[in-house]
Order: sequence, then structure tokens, then C-alpha cells
Amino acid sequence: MPSLPRATVRDALSVALTVGTYGIAFGAAGVAAGFSVVQTCLFSLLTFTGASQFAAVGVVGAGGAPASAIGAAALLGTRNALYGMQMAPLLHNRGWRRVAAAYVTIDESTAVALSQAPRGVEAMRAGFWLTGTGVYLFWNLFTLAGAVGAHALGSPATWGLDAAVPAAFLGLLWPRLENNFLRGVAVAAMAFATLVTPLLPAGLEIVATALVAVVVGWRAR
Amino acid sequence: MSNWTVLIATSALCFSIKLGGHLVPERWLSGARFQRINALIPVTLLSALVVAEGFVIRTRIVLDHRLAGLAAALIALLLRAPFPVVVLVAAVTSALVYHLH
Repeated sequence: MPSLPRATVRDALSVALTVGTYGIAFGAAGVAAGFSVVQTCLFSLLTFTGASQFAAVGVVGAGGAPASAIGAAALLGTRNALYGMQMAPLLHNRGWRRVAAAYVTIDESTAVALSQAPRGVEAMRAGFWLTGTGVYLFWNLFTLAGAVGAHALGSPATWGLDAAVPAAFLGLLWPRLENNFLRGVAVAAMAFATLVTPLLPAGLEIVATALVAVVVGWRAR
Repeated sequence: MSNWTVLIATSALCFSIKLGGHLVPERWLSGARFQRINALIPVTLLSALVVAEGFVIRTRIVLDHRLAGLAAALIALLLRAPFPVVVLVAAVTSALVYHLH
């Protein structure tokens, strides 16, 4: 392997460690929603896309049907298809390496890869793999810590774990609200979810909010 | 049982979506409308999840200690606190309100 720009390694590892620590919140959320420690850890090992994992356990924790949980997680995962489409021509992988690349295709690996563009194609590839595998390692370690910790603590309300989950969603939403248009969309989605909550089976209002995205995104601004 | 169903189906679907992106020709997913809608989906779903987890119990709007935690999280975010701090502040605030009641 050719020598890597130190800046690329530094970018990848700092992102991997920072984002990995969010795994504590997911581990706690999984257990608070009624999943076992093993199931919670398997989410991070197998699903490995944070927002979808939070959504799946969140909907179950809110009393929603399995189909709503799976639907919300899948909808939140669709952006990974676009990332894969952007990364495939860059990585030029075949066979198992392509499968492995797909596995670690997430917000962070794509973002770091794209941010390395000024340093060349090799740096972009290295950024993708280092960030993807680094987040995988730390995300899973911290998920285990969070799940074991929450399991030891017991009742979610006693330790505020039931409020940690919506706070985690707010924390995931926050950096996406880059302009007033997106802030308006978020407020509209919250209003829509609140209005339809009494009308739909538990958890379905979350999936239904995708309608807001379809209506708003249908026409070019 | 249903927890295992959610775990396995979510993992299988989310991986298929990732792999699909690496396999399909670029033009399939490059339509402007699809891109616009896809970019908005995380914003709308995460917003709905804040509502569903913050002040809903099953199909009822319930304002309780969780809302205090969420308000504290909002203040922490406005003060540019990092993600783990935001979550911790929400948990501590919510637990305090829960025990004071």
C-alpha cells in the first residue's frame, strides 16, 4: 500500500472515534426499548447504519408494529444507496471487496472519502476504508458498553434513558438543518407526526412522515 | 420473537440497500426528483422520531419528564454541545424531573 497522507489518517480516525462513541447512546436505547444486550449488539454488528438502528429500536420501544420499525429503518437507510452509487466508481471493487465496501458504506465513510478529493484518489479510497472500518470497530465497542451499562441500570425512566432516545434523534437531526428551508421541513414533519399520531397505529406515523419529504421534494424549488 | 424479526429484517434490508447502491448503474438513482426526496427523508423521519419518542406513548400525546429532557437537549444543541453531552444532559434532566414528581 502506498504511503497515506497523515492528514487522511487523522481525519478518518478522529471521525471514527467521535462517531463511535455515539454507540453508547444506541446501546442504551436498544436495551431501554426492550431488546436484549445480545440483540442490541447484533444491530450494530449487522445493520451498521446508526439512524436506521435508532429508528428500529425506537419504534419498537414506542409500541409500534415490527413492520413500522422495519419500514422506518429501511427508509432512513435509502441514502446509503446513493452513497454506494457515488463510492462504487471510486473504489472499483469486485467480489468480496465490493460486499465489504457496501457493508461499511455509511454517512461518515462517504463524507470522509469525498472530503479527501484535494489529496487525490488514493487518499479518497484510504479515507473511505479507514473511516468505515474505524467507525465499525468503535461503534460496536461502545454499543456493547452502552447496552451492558443500561442493562445494569434497570428501569429506563429512573436514569432518564427514555429521554436520551429522543435527544439522540434530535442530535442526529440537528446537523442536517443547514438552512431555513430544511428547518421548515423539520417543523412541518414534527407537526404532521403530532397530528397523525392519534389517527394511525403506533409507530406508523414515523413512516408516514416520508410523505412530507415526497410532497416537498416533488417539485424543484 | 418479534424483536428478532425486526433485527434480522432491518439488517437484511439495510445491507441490501447499501449493496444495491454499489451494483446499480449510476443513472438509475440520479433522477433529480429522487435525489431531492431522498435528501429530505432523513430530516422528516428523524423529526417524526423526536416526536414519537419525546411526547408520544403508543398513539397518545403525553407530556411528561421526557419533554423536560428534550428541552434540555435543545438548549445543549443551541450551545453547540457535542452529541454525547446532548444525550447525557437530556437523560440527567429527565431523571431529575421523574424523581421530583
